[in-house]
Amino acid sequence: MIPVAFDYARPSTIDEALQALADGGEDAKILAGGQSLIPVMRLRLAAPSTVVDLTRVAELRGVREDGDAIVVGAMTTHSDVVADPLIQQHAPLIAEATETVADRQVRHRGTFGGALAHADPAGDLPAVALALDAGFVIAGPGGRRTVPAREFFVDYLTTALAEDEILVEVRIPKLAGQWGMRYEKFNRVAQAWSIVAVAAAVRRENGHIAEARIGLTNMGPTPLRATATEQALAGAAADAGAIAEAAQHAAEGTEPSDDLNAKADYRRHLAQVLTRRAVSAAAGIQG
Amino acid sequence: MTAVEDRPVAEAPAKEVGQARKRKEDARLITGRTTWTDNMVLPGMLHLAVVRSPVAHARLGAIDVEAARSAPNVVAVFTGRDLAEEQGSIPCAWPVTPEMVNPGHPSVAVDEVNHVGEAVAVIVARSKAAAQDAVELVDVDYDPLPVVLDMEQALGEGTDLTHDHLSSNESFRWIFDAGDAGTGQATDQAFADADVVVSRRFVQQRLIPAFMEPRSTVVQPQGDNYTMWSSTQVPHILRIMLAMVTGIPEHKLRVIAPDVGGGFGGKLQVTPEEVISLLVARRLGKPVKWTETRSESLMSAHHGRDQIQYVDIAADREGNVLGLKVHILADMGAYLRLVSPGVPILGAFMYPGIYKFPAYRFDCQGVFTNKTPTDAYRGAGRPEATFAIERIMDELAVELGMDPLELRRKNWIGAGEFPFTTVAGLEYDSGDYDGATEQALRLLGYDELREEQRRRRESGDPVQLGIGFSTFTEMCGLAPSRVLGSLSYGAGGWEHASIRMLPTGKVEVVTGSTPHGQGHETAWSQLVADELGVPFEDIEVLHGDTAISPRGLDTYGSRSLVVGGAAVVNAAQKVVAKARTIAAHLLEAGEEDLQFEGGSFSVRGTPGTGISIQELALATFAAHDFPDGVEPSLDADATFDPVNFSFPHGTHICAMEVDTETGMVRIRKYACVDDVGTIVNPLIVEGQVHGGLAQGIAQALYEEAVYDVDGNLTTGTFVDYLVPSAADLPHFDTGHTVHAAPGNPIGAKGVGEAGCIASTPAVVNAALDAVRHLGVSDILMPLTPERVWRAIHEGGDGGDRATAGTNAYGGAQTETTAGVSTPESRLGGDR
Repeated sequence: MIPVAFDYARPSTIDEALQALADGGEDAKILAGGQSLIPVMRLRLAAPSTVVDLTRVAELRGVREDGDAIVVGAMTTHSDVVADPLIQQHAPLIAEATETVADRQVRHRGTFGGALAHADPAGDLPAVALALDAGFVIAGPGGRRTVPAREFFVDYLTTALAEDEILVEVRIPKLAGQWGMRYEKFNRVAQAWSIVAVAAAVRRENGHIAEARIGLTNMGPTPLRATATEQALAGAAADAGAIAEAAQHAAEGTEPSDDLNAKADYRRHLAQVLTRRAVSAAAGIQG
Repeated sequence: MTAVEDRPVAEAPAKEVGQARKRKEDARLITGRTTWTDNMVLPGMLHLAVVRSPVAHARLGAIDVEAARSAPNVVAVFTGRDLAEEQGSIPCAWPVTPEMVNPGHPSVAVDEVNHVGEAVAVIVARSKAAAQDAVELVDVDYDPLPVVLDMEQALGEGTDLTHDHLSSNESFRWIFDAGDAGTGQATDQAFADADVVVSRRFVQQRLIPAFMEPRSTVVQPQGDNYTMWSSTQVPHILRIMLAMVTGIPEHKLRVIAPDVGGGFGGKLQVTPEEVISLLVARRLGKPVKWTETRSESLMSAHHGRDQIQYVDIAADREGNVLGLKVHILADMGAYLRLVSPGVPILGAFMYPGIYKFPAYRFDCQGVFTNKTPTDAYRGAGRPEATFAIERIMDELAVELGMDPLELRRKNWIGAGEFPFTTVAGLEYDSGDYDGATEQALRLLGYDELREEQRRRRESGDPVQLGIGFSTFTEMCGLAPSRVLGSLSYGAGGWEHASIRMLPTGKVEVVTGSTPHGQGHETAWSQLVADELGVPFEDIEVLHGDTAISPRGLDTYGSRSLVVGGAAVVNAAQKVVAKARTIAAHLLEAGEEDLQFEGGSFSVRGTPGTGISIQELALATFAAHDFPDGVEPSLDADATFDPVNFSFPHGTHICAMEVDTETGMVRIRKYACVDDVGTIVNPLIVEGQVHGGLAQGIAQALYEEAVYDVDGNLTTGTFVDYLVPSAADLPHFDTGHTVHAAPGNPIGAKGVGEAGCIASTPAVVNAALDAVRHLGVSDILMPLTPERVWRAIHEGGDGGDRATAGTNAYGGAQTETTAGVSTPESRLGGDR
C-alpha cells in the first residue's frame, strides 16, 4: 500500500537530526533502516507527519572500543554488526542473535539501534541488550544521557527515548572471566519473528556457574530478564540437573500473549525448555 | 568405432526433447524487465482503488462518498448501487447439480456484504496515491448480521444464514455411488461384510494461493472496443465470461495476459476487479488500472482447500480393502466463483487412489460461510482426496497392526494390470507403483532410518523420528471435453495451437495454453525443434493475447503440455505434411520417395539433394514455383481433445524429526519418485516437483488462513500467513520412472501439481509415525509446534490456534488488512 503523505528530512549530523526532529513536532518519526517503520507506514498503521532519515549521519555508524566497553553506533547495520571483530570477540551473543534476524536483505538495511529503539518484544536484539546490561546513549536538545537497558524498555514498542531524542550508540560492557553465550531462538520459519527466544550469558568458575544473565524475547510487552533462574544459577553446579532445575523458574514473572503461534501457557513452557538449552550451551555442557 | 568407416556420417542433431534446457523466458521474468500488467502505463490512465468491507456480514446502509469524490485528483466514485444495472454476477461455470443454489455475486456489493474484503465502492483517481487516500474518506453504514463461519454448525437446524435471502447454507449436494454407477459393488454391503472399519475426520485447512505477482488489470477503451491486460491464467475464458457478464460483445473485447507472475489456480478466475475495471473504463471512456496490494490479495483473492472430510474405510483382517466412504463438507466461502463447486468434484474420483477398492461412495455438500470464496488452488480437489486416502491407509494399517507400506502393496494396482478401470470409473493409463516405491526407498535410505527410529524410541530420545508414505496418483490433462460435459462443466477441455513458418525460416508457435511461469516457451520450442528439425533458438512461442492466439483454454490442472503441447506437436506434423508436398515438387520427386530428417527433405537413396523446411518457408513465401492447386502456405493449426485423462503417479517418503519437548518438527529427509510420463525438459520438471513439494509441505506444516470469531482474516499479512522459503525446506531427493502416457503424442502425463498433491500426507504421516507411540493419532494441519506439543502432552489433535495475529511490527493488522474487531475477536497488537 502507499503511505500517507509525509515530510522528509535527511540530516547529515546528529545535531541536524535533532533539529529536524524538533522541527517535525510531535508526529515526527526517525527512519533508521526502515525495516519496521516502512511496513507499518505502508500498512497505514503509522502516519508520521515528518520522517527524519538518519542514513546519511555517518557518525552514527560503526563499532569501536572505548575502555571497558565496546560501542555500537545506532546506525550500524545488522550485517556490519555480525561481521565486526570486536563484536565477535567481546559479545558473540550479539552476533549470534543478529544472524537470526529476518533475512540477508533485511540485515543489510536494518540497524542495531533501529531494532532496539523500535522495542518490538518479538525482536531478537532487545533481550540480548538486556542480558548484556547494555547502556543506551541518547542525544537530546539538552545534551547526552546514558540509560541502562533495564530502564530503556518501558512497554510494548515504548522506550525511554523522548520524542525529541535520538538513540546514538549502545555501550556493551566487556565481560571479564570465562563467559559462554547462546541465543536460542524458536520460530516457525527462518524469516519469522521469535515465538520465544532466550539469550544467555554464563560465567563459569571452578566447575560452578558463577553468574548467569538471561534475557527473554517475546515473553511480555518488553524484553525481560529471567531473574529467578539467574538467582538459582548463581553458584550452582555446572551440570545438567542444576540447570534444568533452575530453568523451571524461567517463566516466573512473565506475561506472554496468546496469538496464532502460541498461547501463553505454551510460551511459558517454551521459555523453560529454551532457557535450559541456552544456559546449557553457554555453560558448555550437554543439556 | 572401427578404423574402416566407409564415409563420414553427418552427426544427427541431438533430440531437444529430454534436454535440460535453461528456460528462454527466465531472464526477463526474474529481473522483472518485462510486461507485468502493473508495468503498463497508458496516456491519460486513471487509477482505481477499492473500498472493502471491514465486516463479514452486514446489510449495507447509506454510503457517503462525497468526501472521497471531492478529494484532490479523484475523478469519480462508484458504489454497488451505481453499477447494479450493468455489473451482473461473477460467473460460476460449473453448476455441479441442476439444483445448485447460487446466491449471485455482484462485483461491488449492492445490498449486503458477505465477507470481509468484499468490494463496496471503487475510487477512480488520477494517481494511485490519490485513489488510495480517498478510500479512507468513504463512509459506509453497516447494519451487522450474524456471521456464519463453521461449516458443521452452518448445516445444523435453526442456524444463522450466510446470505439473508437464502433458506439454508447448503449450495449443493453431489453424490457418486459406485454401486449405482455400475463401477463397483454396493458400499453399505461392503461395510457390513467387513472385519474392520476405520472412521476418521480430517480437516483440510483453508489456504491462500499467494502467487508472487499481485493481481493487476488495465483496460483501454477504443471506440466501442476494449482491450484488457490482466494478470490472469485464463485470458480466453475471461474474454468469454466478461462478454457474457457485461454484455460487451465478445468480438469487441480483446484480453491479454502478458507475462504473469504465478497463479497456482489463484488467477483461474473472473474477478470482481476485472469486471469493475472494464465497467469503469466504459463509463469514463478512459484507460484505467487496478493493482492490488498484498493485503488485498490475501483477503479478497480466492482461497483454496477448506474441507472437512469424514472418511470410512472397510477391510478384512488380512488387510484387503473392501470399501471406502467419503463425506465432504466443502467451504465455498460467501459466493460461488468460476469453478468453486467443481473443485471438490474434481477430487471425487481420486479418493480411491491407487487401490483396488470394490466399493466406493462419495458424498459432497457445498457450504456457504461468510468468508472469502474458495476456488482452484494447485491440485484443486486432488490434494484433498490424496490426503484423505493416504492418511486413512495409515490409520487402517495401525488398526490392523500392519506395516503401512505392506498394506499399500497388498492393495495397489499391479504393473501388469494397466489400463485399469477403478471403482470410480476412471481408466488409469500406465505405471508401476512398485517400481517407483522401490526406487524411493533406496533414495531415502529407508532401512537405516527405520533402525534409527527404533534406537531413538528405545532410548526415549526427546527427538523422535518418523517415516511417512504417500503412494499417489492424480488425474491430469484437463480434460476430455465429453467428460467435462458429463460433469456439467461449462466448457470443453481441448487445446489449440498453430504454427507459422516465417519467410526467413523462423517459426512462430501460437499456443492457446497461456503460461504464468511454467516455461511453455522453452518446452514448446523443444517440441517444435524436434518435429520440424529447426534450431531451438529459431522458435518463438506466442501466447496470452486473444487477438494473437484466438482459441485456447489456458493453463491449469497440469494440462498445458499434455493437451496444449499435444496440439503443438500435431500442428507441427501438419506443417511437415504440407512441406512434403512442396518439397516433392521442388525436388521433382514423389512424396512417398522423400524422407524428412534433421529438418530436411531428401530423396531416399540420393544423398546431397535435400531442401530444408526453413528453405521451403522462403519458397512458400515467394510462391514462384508452386505445385498447381496447392495454397502457398506451410502454416497449420491443430486442436487436441484427449480421450482420457493422464495419470501421473509416484511414491513420496518423508522422514521427520519431532522434538517432543517443544513440538518442533523438522524434515530430516524427503525422497520422491514421480512418474510423469515422457519428460520434455528435466530441469522444468525438477522445478515443478520442487515447487509442488514446497507448497504441499507448506500445507502440512506452515500455511493456514485463520479467521477470528467476527470473520476477520487474522492471517492478513505474510507476518501471520507463513509461506516457507528455501531456508525452511530440506534437500529433496528426487527420481523418476517413465511410463509414457498413451493418450497423447508426447507421452507426457503432467507434472504441475504432482509434488503439491503427493507431499502433504507423506509429511503428516511421518510426524504421526514419530509420535504415535506417545498416544497421538492425529494432528491438525498445519502442524505448528504448539499443536504438536499439545497433541503429545495433552492428547487430542492439537486443537485450534488462538486467532489473534502476532504482535510483530506492532500488530501487522489494520482494518484494511483484517477488518473490524470486537472484544470477542481479540485481535493482536496495539490497535
